[in-house]
Amino acid sequence: MTWAVIRALLSHWRRRPFQLVTLLLGLSLATGLWSGVQAINAEARKSYGEAADILGGGGLTELVRQDGAPILPQTFVAIRRGGWLVSPVVDGWIEADRGRVRVLGVDPFSMPAGTPAAMAIAPQDLTTMLGRNGVLMADPVTATRLTGLGERLQTGEGIAPGLLLADIEAAAELVGQVGYDRLLLDPKQPLRQTPLNEIAPELQRRAPETAEDLGRLTDSFHLNLTAFGLLSFAVGLFIVNGSVGLAFEQRRPVFRTLRALGVTARRLVWLLTLELLAIALVAGVIGIFMGYLIAAALLPDVAATLRGLYGASVDGALTLSPLWWLSGIAIACLGTALAAASGLIRVARMPLLAPAKPRAWAMATGSAMRWQLALAGHSLVVALIGFAFGELIGGFILLGGFLIAAALALPSVLAVLIVAVARLAKGPVATWFWADTRQQLPGLSLALMALLLALSANIGVGTMVASFRTTFTGWLDQRLVSDLYVTLENTADTPALMAFLETRSEAVLPIWHVDAEVLGGPAEIYGVVDHPIYSENWPLLAANPDVWEQIAVGEGALINEQLSRREGLAPGDPLLLPGGWETTVTGVYSDYGNPIGQVVIPLPVLIDRYPQADKTDFGVLVDGDTEPLKRALSEDFGLPVENLVDQAALKAFSLSIFERTFAVTGALNILTLAVAGIAILTSLLTLASMRLPQLAPVWALGITRKTLGRIELIRAVVLAGFTFVLAVPVGLGLAWVLLAIINVEAFGWRLPMHLFPRDWLWLAVLSLAAAGLASLWPARQLAKRPPADLMRVFTHER
Amino acid sequence: MLLDVRNVVKRFPGSDQPVTVLDGVSMSVAAGETVALTGESGSGKSTLLHIIGGLEPCDEGAVIFEGTDLTGLDDAGRASVRRSNISVVFQQFNLIPSLTIEQNLTFQAQLAGVQASADDLAQSLGLQGQLRKYPEELSGGQQQRVAIGRALAAAPKLVLADEPTGNLDETTGSAVFELLVAQARDRATGLLIATHSERLAGLADRRLHLSHGRLTG
Repeated sequence: MTWAVIRALLSHWRRRPFQLVTLLLGLSLATGLWSGVQAINAEARKSYGEAADILGGGGLTELVRQDGAPILPQTFVAIRRGGWLVSPVVDGWIEADRGRVRVLGVDPFSMPAGTPAAMAIAPQDLTTMLGRNGVLMADPVTATRLTGLGERLQTGEGIAPGLLLADIEAAAELVGQVGYDRLLLDPKQPLRQTPLNEIAPELQRRAPETAEDLGRLTDSFHLNLTAFGLLSFAVGLFIVNGSVGLAFEQRRPVFRTLRALGVTARRLVWLLTLELLAIALVAGVIGIFMGYLIAAALLPDVAATLRGLYGASVDGALTLSPLWWLSGIAIACLGTALAAASGLIRVARMPLLAPAKPRAWAMATGSAMRWQLALAGHSLVVALIGFAFGELIGGFILLGGFLIAAALALPSVLAVLIVAVARLAKGPVATWFWADTRQQLPGLSLALMALLLALSANIGVGTMVASFRTTFTGWLDQRLVSDLYVTLENTADTPALMAFLETRSEAVLPIWHVDAEVLGGPAEIYGVVDHPIYSENWPLLAANPDVWEQIAVGEGALINEQLSRREGLAPGDPLLLPGGWETTVTGVYSDYGNPIGQVVIPLPVLIDRYPQADKTDFGVLVDGDTEPLKRALSEDFGLPVENLVDQAALKAFSLSIFERTFAVTGALNILTLAVAGIAILTSLLTLASMRLPQLAPVWALGITRKTLGRIELIRAVVLAGFTFVLAVPVGLGLAWVLLAIINVEAFGWRLPMHLFPRDWLWLAVLSLAAAGLASLWPARQLAKRPPADLMRVFTHER
Repeated sequence: MLLDVRNVVKRFPGSDQPVTVLDGVSMSVAAGETVALTGESGSGKSTLLHIIGGLEPCDEGAVIFEGTDLTGLDDAGRASVRRSNISVVFQQFNLIPSLTIEQNLTFQAQLAGVQASADDLAQSLGLQGQLRKYPEELSGGQQQRVAIGRALAAAPKLVLADEPTGNLDETTGSAVFELLVAQARDRATGLLIATHSERLAGLADRRLHLSHGRLTG
């Protein structure tokens, strides 16, 4: 008996394969986009976890200097003699292909057992790693980026991506540092020790560094991706909800007959659940494959983004865990359950003799409009609460509430708009067109809401990215003041370079810096010389009137916007810098794309306070073409070509990083729009099968089938056009939230908002084309419909 | 007695007060007997058939089928009776549109766990050559024949036919009605058939007339 019922239920799909394809497509797309984004997030988080584990010494408490300066070797020796089991760590960065690589120097002998760093070093590597010239270890991908280290570099398993593991001495030499960044405290300490504050009062204990630190930093980016994944998932579920709801309604006569023939309601619901589960499993597997492809395609760009924005290293390769597969299937089942729950409940409660009303089902959402509007109001209130709450999470609540409110309010707003336009209609066909369009609205509302979300996301994110690009390009023009950037192989060559450039350039601007911890956070401290090029070009957001005069006399410090926002510093505030000395903030400058704080102090002060600073980078001002100087520096001075970068190349490089950074958002934008296009297509096809009772009388009154088909096409385009018009303010609102709230909370800088009407025009063309294409098939079907089908409406044979 | 209906009352909610559709109806059908139920539209014929078939509950009274009161059964119990012992033929045919004629014919037999030959049924119903088609490809008369075949294929003890010719023209309707009565008699199946037509009702063994919810003849 069960099999007979299953066959009867499944026969529906055999007769309507397109509906099944739609359902599978909607669910697969929803699952695929969601799983893809989750795979990317999981991969990135795994990388952070590995990195933080190995860097943080696996959750051990650390000793660091309060002023952020390195711990001297003699202090380390004193602490050991005081009875403390501590192990030194050197933590710095070196330049590598495609960005920087973090160098972690450990002392294999004193490293507490069981820490990830200790476990990453195989016993046989212990002796070869030791000392200044010992072996350096990196994971295979990172090793390909470290080309200048020769045979010393070996690959090993269990080392975090973007990390070079070395003996403490080798690491200190690589990063050019004397002393240690921190001391790891062994959890098993002897009973008797000299109190630490007696041996080294300048040290303080610090809680273990965990994946959370990097995780927090990158959370906003992942939240962004997750939001996009969720948006696509929701848009996909609109399709599923529509398909499942219609399939249930179309099969209502079958359900009624089955019940009349002796199938219990419980058995029917169970079998329908089973059918949905089977569909969810098939769509889940397809979705997981789609998700894998999406993740594999986007991961390299995501890795580049994370490296560019946060300095976080993420392996560019995708590995899939069984958990990911399971979660993909689970999300497909959950999505199906969400989308089909109302349909199943209706079947369970369906009176045995209830007639099927697919058209009434499609129109039933019309009565829900008032509820939707009320819900939209509630969402708006939630959004405002988010706004009042502030912080990153408040920003996302504002964003979500605002988008949901806009989507829910769309059908009502469109209805009002159509009524207003209908008043201007002249002639019977136009009057009928608007009246009929309004009647179609409930049936199309889900697809139009999906379209609104996709278009708003496109406009919002597009405006943010384009605003960012405009600001960033302008900022690069200001910030990259030198015509040529030169990197020396060795600091000792500095006097020779200065002499070489003296007659060949207008000015040489040292770009020397030191990586340090400022006010408890990672930062870079740069030194600048007194030169008018800075005062003329430097992008200051706030400053004392005499900021450059102070720099010229060796006083004050400029800080970047990130540090200013993080620490609440403004011009005139005191600033404690590593080494325990204090200066005054004289200005704040914009520093887009930099994940960490930055301080600019007069160059003589940098040299005096931080003798270990990296002194290999120079900016050179040249009168005219840079090519002859580049050639001279390469041929006569002997610098490798890759150490000479002119301004144009650097700008192009920076912009290419920028473009790559936002390639992911662009791809997700297009995918979401595609899903919305499919939602329109499926809704139109769904409605097309129920439209004959409305169309037959108009046809009988003398409007040809071809004209009716054309009107159907125009209707879809008009509705998409209206939706687009409404999506513009929603998208701009979204852009404002992203720029003024989310970005500030997540990255620490605020961007001015620029408008790009030409981009909207292109998007409008795209959305109208998508709606037109989606309606082409149903319109063609109508135009070719045999007159007998239309006649049947009058003979009540349908 | 195969079927014994005792004082069945059915009320539907009205705008002011409940409307009594069946007002103490009592009747019976013997095994193999054909009973015609006539009455005006809205007299309660369909409601009575639905209550007997367990498709709708009654407010008062009892429906005794082979000694069991169907009104005391739960949904699963009533469904089981419909599956194996009482078949229903509807005015709107209610075939499963996505199944072929062959599959529709044997469908209820499969639910009841009874072997049935679609070929034999098609032969006896004049549906030869139609087995591979879908319901939408058949005329109304042919579809109602399929519905009759489906009802009889499960070898029920009672068939309830609710205006089986209501959607058919007079000639086709007569032919279908005669076929139903003949098939029921051939199989010694009890048949309770609701109809508007006094002429067709004359083909039954016994006639009952329902007026304003009460049996009058």
